[in-house]
Amino acid sequence: MNKVINLLLIIGFTGVLLYASMDLPYRGSPDNPMNQPESMTGTTVAGHYYVEKAYKDAHTPNMVTVVLGDYRSMDTLGEQTVIFAAGIIGFLILRRRKKNKEDS
Amino acid sequence: MTRPVDSPIVVYGSRLLSPYIMLFGLYVIFHGHYSPGGGFQGGTLLAASLLLVRISSGSKIAQIQFSDMFTAPMAVVGVLIYFFTGLIAILAGGQYLNYELLPLGDMHGAELRYWGILFVEVGIGLTVMGILVSLYDNLVIGEDND
Repeated sequence: MNKVINLLLIIGFTGVLLYASMDLPYRGSPDNPMNQPESMTGTTVAGHYYVEKAYKDAHTPNMVTVVLGDYRSMDTLGEQTVIFAAGIIGFLILRRRKKNKEDS
Repeated sequence: MTRPVDSPIVVYGSRLLSPYIMLFGLYVIFHGHYSPGGGFQGGTLLAASLLLVRISSGSKIAQIQFSDMFTAPMAVVGVLIYFFTGLIAILAGGQYLNYELLPLGDMHGAELRYWGILFVEVGIGLTVMGILVSLYDNLVIGEDND
């Protein structure tokens, strides 16, 4: 009985997701809301600026690299610091555990 | 310290593969301006080339390729490269991480941004590689200790 309910729930949610995905815009289409110069609420869209200016600003054909390394470089510094902090924490915990094991 | 794998095919195969994976990692970092890739992916590939030899040949022999004394300092150097790229831009009279103000010869504008992105990517690559290798080295401390 439980299995049947689970199966029905999965099928139901799959149907809902498939129905919702039919309304998504096509990837890379110039008519997409994210490729317009202005969004529906009247603010300027960042993606439009990147597509238009990335090559002129940094002479780099790969737009993703320009966004990651230049426009959003502060964000990338944070990401790098997160990796560094995670590594140092692992380093400290593992060193300490191994040393305690050898003592006892 | 882990011991070498018994099979010579695995040991010599990994030693043959390691430099090519390392070269591909460097390619991914330095070609990130033109193709998919960059610091994170390239650093992971560099770490993979070192870990392959560490797993197959044992930690003791792998010290010849890359000593575990240098992994954590290398991660620190990577963070510092990124940080000082931004700080030099402040000292040159601009905003933090504004690459247009880096004092690099007689280049200007977009060309300086191009080089600034490259420095930053190299810093990320060094950090990712150092951290991944140092995590593995610390995990295997005390295993097969003889």
